[in-house]
Amino acid sequence: MFTAERVADKKDWMSGETGDWELIIGLEVHAQVASNSKLFSGAATEYGADPNTQVSLVDAGMPGMLPVINEFCVEQAVRTGLGLNAKINLFSRFDRKNYFYVDLPQGYQISQFEHPIVGEGEIEIQPEDSDAVTVGIERLHLEQDAGKSVHDLSPTETYVDLNRSGVALMEIVSKPDMRSPEEASAYVDKLRGIVRALGTCDGDMEKGNLRADVNVSVRKPGGELGTRCEIKNVNSLRFIREAIRYEARRQIEIIETGGTIDQETRLFDSVKGETRSMRSKEDAHDYRYFPDPDLLPLNLEQSFVDGIKANLPELPDARKARFIAEFGIPAYDAGVLTADKVTGDYYETAAKGRDGKIAANWVMGELFGALNKEGKDLEDSPVSAENLGGLLDRIADKTISGKIAKTVFEKMFEGGGTADDIIESEGLKQVTDMGAIEAMVQEALDANPAQVEKAKLNPKLLGFFVGQVMKASGGKANPQAVNQILREKLGL
Amino acid sequence: MSDLTQLTLESALGGMAAGDFTSEEITIAHIDACMEAADLNAFITNTFELAIDQAKASDARRAKGAVGKLEGAPLGVKDLFCTEGVKTTAASQILGDFKPPYESSVTTNMKADGMVMLGKLNLDEFAMGSSNETSSYGNVVNPWKKNEELVPGGSSGGSAAAVAADICLGATATDTGGSIRQPASFTGTVGIKPTYGRCSRFGIVAFASSLDQAGPIAKTVKDSAILLDSMAGYDPKDSTSLNVDNGDWIASCEKSIKGMRIGIPKEYTVDGMPAEIQSLWDQGVEWMKDAGAEIVPVSLPHTKYALPAYYIVAPAEASSNLARYDGMRYGARVDGENLNDTYERTRAAGFGPEVQRRIMIGTYVLSAGYYDAYYLRAQKVRTRIAEDFKNAWESCDALLTPTCPSAPFAIGRKVNDPITMYLNDIFTVTANLAGLPGISVPAALDKNGLPLGLQIIGKALDEDTVFAAAGALEKAANFTAKPEKWWT
Repeated sequence: MFTAERVADKKDWMSGETGDWELIIGLEVHAQVASNSKLFSGAATEYGADPNTQVSLVDAGMPGMLPVINEFCVEQAVRTGLGLNAKINLFSRFDRKNYFYVDLPQGYQISQFEHPIVGEGEIEIQPEDSDAVTVGIERLHLEQDAGKSVHDLSPTETYVDLNRSGVALMEIVSKPDMRSPEEASAYVDKLRGIVRALGTCDGDMEKGNLRADVNVSVRKPGGELGTRCEIKNVNSLRFIREAIRYEARRQIEIIETGGTIDQETRLFDSVKGETRSMRSKEDAHDYRYFPDPDLLPLNLEQSFVDGIKANLPELPDARKARFIAEFGIPAYDAGVLTADKVTGDYYETAAKGRDGKIAANWVMGELFGALNKEGKDLEDSPVSAENLGGLLDRIADKTISGKIAKTVFEKMFEGGGTADDIIESEGLKQVTDMGAIEAMVQEALDANPAQVEKAKLNPKLLGFFVGQVMKASGGKANPQAVNQILREKLGL
Repeated sequence: MSDLTQLTLESALGGMAAGDFTSEEITIAHIDACMEAADLNAFITNTFELAIDQAKASDARRAKGAVGKLEGAPLGVKDLFCTEGVKTTAASQILGDFKPPYESSVTTNMKADGMVMLGKLNLDEFAMGSSNETSSYGNVVNPWKKNEELVPGGSSGGSAAAVAADICLGATATDTGGSIRQPASFTGTVGIKPTYGRCSRFGIVAFASSLDQAGPIAKTVKDSAILLDSMAGYDPKDSTSLNVDNGDWIASCEKSIKGMRIGIPKEYTVDGMPAEIQSLWDQGVEWMKDAGAEIVPVSLPHTKYALPAYYIVAPAEASSNLARYDGMRYGARVDGENLNDTYERTRAAGFGPEVQRRIMIGTYVLSAGYYDAYYLRAQKVRTRIAEDFKNAWESCDALLTPTCPSAPFAIGRKVNDPITMYLNDIFTVTANLAGLPGISVPAALDKNGLPLGLQIIGKALDEDTVFAAAGALEKAANFTAKPEKWWT
């Protein structure tokens, strides 16, 4: 299913001394299963606990200890597989990946090598300023995380924290279907949206709960595939883009100066913005995979899979389609509003039973702007979706104008509270009393006789009087009413 | 009072129930016997003080009417079972003074049933061996002796020697390729390896996970049934544990075998097998016939591949299972220049030559480029061997074979010849590869006056038939010989 034939958009080509180059990118994303206990033990998985406080005898590799599969984690892997439109393998098996390291207490990692729980699937991504791209999923398998080695607490010692040891990870392997840094980050972002919507992973990249190994190679557009390098453990969308750009440039320079690319594993240094060699292919471990004899193969019932399928939540793509249909918003807006479960839920609450387009503008404009400025996440928004909806109601029933609404919103954002409370306490209610408006209009006309004559000849100057009246009313006069009365009085 | 150490487990339990003696009395009698038998080197660690406390507690429970399946019986535990707060070594230096903060499920069951633990019994290092000579705590000496000191078999040599010498009423053991049955045969004791999955492996130091299975070594077939009934049972902490009930094994030991079809696998007649063993086997056939069984010749055509397959699968799993002994979290460590150097020094010092050999064989057969030719083929052989048995069960209910191809041999005779040593397992590994129950019953003495055993192999989960056939065999053989007590 590898779409080697697909050639990148010309805008994504990188130019070198010898002409243009195309990037071929595939990703292995490690997503930590949102589970309270580990893949093969009952130990807790809470983030940030004191070192070595969440370690069972199994996780510490004590003699005679045996792994027992956590069914919840299996269910999450199946859910995720279904969310990736992928084949669920009713038969799968755990293998041991053998190597020595201080943070690997058993001397092997339990993973799924030959028979993963999830097979091929695909997702559609929408990179910014490009057409949608379909990215193939090669497989998803379950495996244990290792512990953490801490090298910087002492000049001579390495400290080991086994809290992560045994934590369940889903490794999601893409096909090499991406052709630009933007496509790669859009893919990870999409994956993140899917696992968050499913609730199978919290997608928190800062905590390392979702991280990517990036495989990059370059070729002449449409030409022979090059040798790839793998960049390990990149943990933000920006770093993914930066690492790919740096790595592609590095490979192009080597090839163009007559060198060859060595297949190797590299690390991304986010401070220096460069990748550097970690180990070459020759140094690669022989992991001596073999089926873990402590565990039986996983044999799932089709009914188990069907049960999970029947209870899947709405996924970002489906929600996007529904938002377009239900709220009449453009595809782009719908994409932004459904990229994330929290955003989608917020928007849906604010827009329900209201003008969807106006709601979208408010969420993506005022709200996102204010949150960005404050460096806040939507979860921490001082304006709840319900309260934003309340504000939209007051605009709709003309209690306030759109302009006043912005003022009300600012106050809501600063101090919380409902739009009604703020309109009331600040006296911002729109003046719709025609008598009062007419008096204000007359006052403005009387005060500016010269302008009246000019306006009669050039109706474009009407705006001057609208401004005068709005000023006099403190912005509360209904602008449509002001316009209408003005036109009547000026005989326009 | 007669010598309480001469009792069987069954009669000891009966004696305590009748109030003839207390657990404390029979425990002290066994502790005295253990101390006299120091030359056998059967124990790595004794827990005599703990045993007396447990015996007193058992007597107190009995006074209140609470009586478990093993109430008050002084027993030994192979030092491969983790025992909470009691040093557990696997007979290896690499575990150092490791004291587990947990208890194996099998010994947990036995403690709950009233076991009194006399100590931790010697074995081949990590259960790798057939003579108990690979123990880093010194070899065990067989209580049976002719001119020279003999090996007790292995790997459960300490368990077998201790039971044969009457220094404990019974003992736990484990069997990966014959480690219960071969030492039982070498010491004139009964040893049963149950169906794979009957006894939980939780808390037993792993050798080869897909083959390891715990079982008892005992003085009689019925004693072995009493012990197994306590040891076995479903354990959710072991994913390969079978969620099935125990059979009525104790009663099965006395069941008639009239009409039972006993298969005689022709492939178990091997070149170079002593004539005495062949004739004992023939004798066994006659005994079974006399007891009313029907004798059926059967064929297990892949038998000759069993031993090579075993010596690929077992080391492969062992090489991975033993990776955790890296000197980082527990056990012994030899510091080096850097991490790899520390690993190398620790493991070079901690593991004996046989363990190192098997780790290297196992690492080799799992390596890229060799995996298909060795490990994968061995697994295919394993499937074929299981099919052989399945086909045999079409025409018979259990198999009768010799337990091993020789009588106990002299200490030092084979230790430098691994291949000859490995041949000891030729009749026992098939049951491990196929996960079937097998029992060794002492049947006769050879011309040198040394014990020889016969083996019954049964269908998976059909221990009832195995015990019935073994009971009949025991009755017919009427093996009453005891080793001459030379060790005091």
